Amino acid sequence: MGLTRREFLQMMAVASAAGVNLSTSSAQAADNLYSIPKFGNVSLLHFTDCHAQLLPIYFREPNINLGVGDMKGNVPHIVGNAFLKKYNIKPGSKEAHAFSFLDFENAARRFGKVGGFAHLRTLVKQIRAQRAGSLLLDGGDTWQGSATSLWTNAQDMVDACKLLGVDVMTGHWEFTFGAERVQEVIEKDFQDSISFVAQNVIDAEWGEGVFDPYVIKEVNGVPVAIIGQAFPYTPIANPRYMVEKWSFGIRDDRMQEMVNKARDEGAKAVIVLSHNGMDVDLKMASRVRGIDAIMGGHTHDAVPAPVEVSNAGGKTLVINSGSNGKFLSVLDLDVKGGKVAGYKFNQLPVFSNLLPADQEMQDYIDSVRKPYLARLNEKLAVAEDTLYRRGNFNGTFDQLICDAMLEVKDAEIAFSPGFRWGVSVLPGDDITFEHVMTQTAITYATSTLNELDGEFIKTVLEDVADNLFNADPYYQQGGDMVRVGGLKYDIDPMESIGKRITNMTLNGKAINPKKKYKVAGWASVQQIPEGKPIWDVVAEYLRSKKTIKIKELNVPNIKGMKSNPGYETL
Amino acid sequence: MSMKRRTFLQGTMAGSVVAIATSAGLLSPRAVLAAWSEKAFEAENTPGAISALFGSDATNDGDVQIKAPDIAENGAVVPITITSGIKNIEAIAIFVDKNPRPLAANFVLGGATDGYVSTRVKMGKTSKLIAIVKAGGKLHSGSKEVKVTIGGCGG
Repeated sequence: MGLTRREFLQMMAVASAAGVNLSTSSAQAADNLYSIPKFGNVSLLHFTDCHAQLLPIYFREPNINLGVGDMKGNVPHIVGNAFLKKYNIKPGSKEAHAFSFLDFENAARRFGKVGGFAHLRTLVKQIRAQRAGSLLLDGGDTWQGSATSLWTNAQDMVDACKLLGVDVMTGHWEFTFGAERVQEVIEKDFQDSISFVAQNVIDAEWGEGVFDPYVIKEVNGVPVAIIGQAFPYTPIANPRYMVEKWSFGIRDDRMQEMVNKARDEGAKAVIVLSHNGMDVDLKMASRVRGIDAIMGGHTHDAVPAPVEVSNAGGKTLVINSGSNGKFLSVLDLDVKGGKVAGYKFNQLPVFSNLLPADQEMQDYIDSVRKPYLARLNEKLAVAEDTLYRRGNFNGTFDQLICDAMLEVKDAEIAFSPGFRWGVSVLPGDDITFEHVMTQTAITYATSTLNELDGEFIKTVLEDVADNLFNADPYYQQGGDMVRVGGLKYDIDPMESIGKRITNMTLNGKAINPKKKYKVAGWASVQQIPEGKPIWDVVAEYLRSKKTIKIKELNVPNIKGMKSNPGYETL
Repeated sequence: MSMKRRTFLQGTMAGSVVAIATSAGLLSPRAVLAAWSEKAFEAENTPGAISALFGSDATNDGDVQIKAPDIAENGAVVPITITSGIKNIEAIAIFVDKNPRPLAANFVLGGATDGYVSTRVKMGKTSKLIAIVKAGGKLHSGSKEVKVTIGGCGG
């Protein structure tokens, strides 16, 4: 990828300042990985987008995560070997496994599962033991993504986060449990424990803030402001009727007001806990003055060193901490003379085999799961290929969902949303009902069958592609491309809306704009009559097969991206 | 809430804004015939609507800021706020370029009024929002793209 010498030296400087371990060895002990010397006087621990994964899981990082416009070739749009090279991570190491898709099956067997709240709690306790007064920040997408969170109306995650010791959180998928449920949890469960902050959620009628925009916490005598930034496009990417009285948006003008207000109230360090997605975080950091660090999530990017962004007020660190409980970020700040004078950063992969389960959390998780075990553990089929979702286009698990819809719903074309959550299953392992739920557990999961004409199908693809590949990140929504079964197409991500999608075919025949096609889907953001949920469609399909071999991964023909460091062929 | 509502209404009145708030549906355009320009509101393209309203479509970029969402949460009610520091503003007009009839609203202001109007407009599809400020016989414009999308598939 041809780093210039200057870029390389800058990168090394960032990496060493950030405490990235540059001498990784596969034989490194857990002690070395997780024993981080204390630095400074204010420490912030951050995890995000755990998607309700209480137990350790496998999660394959993407091999396609394209950046267009100014984002081309820049973090986080770098995958695989280019990523390892940028951060000087040794191929074959456990860090290489954590941060890339490379040799996924073998590495997953070798290094084991990642995440799990009992293991995460052990790590949090260990890091906090040396960091009096540190804060634990949860970037949201915490309540959604598992069968038990759906079936307990998010209560399992609410109580798990309290036990984990979360201090401050913001949200996105939380809102899909409905506005009332969010407010109920904040008022009752979080009352004396967790601050829920979001400066960019406004009463749609009166323009007043719905949540506390920020909270100021004293850390070792230093007032630290944590400003919340919920997912700006919740009412567009998810059903608006669930939060119909609230308006979201990026609102960086209000963010600036809140930064100024928090500073006026005495905050010596200002942290934004964000669910913007990393490209939006980077742009926001260039526009808003006075933020020391944005700790973000939503786009599920794990990035081992902060990106330093210059703006009119100085510099802002942008940190994103991956997903699914795989990573814990530790930001140590040295605050003196009324400002942040230095920092160290570590992004720690949570390897379940290297961290003993915290007994209290394990007991809690076991008790939550107990009533549901029989249903969760139902073995539906055996995977012959790795099943995964993450990536800009169809993953194998999406392919399975699309194949299931085509067969069970008797459709010609299937659409499955470009969500970034959902765990991976290794070849030879059973596909359980719980696995299916990690890919589908949402509060609006009804499967659908509609007759759509070719012209509308193109509109759908163009619209979603623009939400992913718009050259201005403020016009992006942070999901991946809609997954497609049956239909084939070409895509040119560098083009503008209306011109990216060409050559749409079905069974070798060009799609006719005027002809109606039977299209299956799920997760409609419109209010539709309740019907068969998608997990039942997928489970029915899996039960009817003994084994699952993905015959063809329906990735479109991608134009103009062969040299993009966000693309690595398998 | 009732107190806040009162404060809000008082604040609105205090601005001495004579608004033809057609887009907000608050007033029927027919009710304010004095300032009603049927030709302008029925024009089917933006230059035509500007000409019909102001007698010319010669505008220049000026101190005209548009605050509106980058992506509309609901195309049927897109909040938009126009601010301008230009002195002696006579009128502020809002156009939704891709709407079948682009002129959404024209606010006729008294000379001593601050350049500030806020309303909601309906948008059929992704479009540029254009605001024209008339002052001292000249037209100043600003614009902002607002995306209208079918939604879904996020995160």
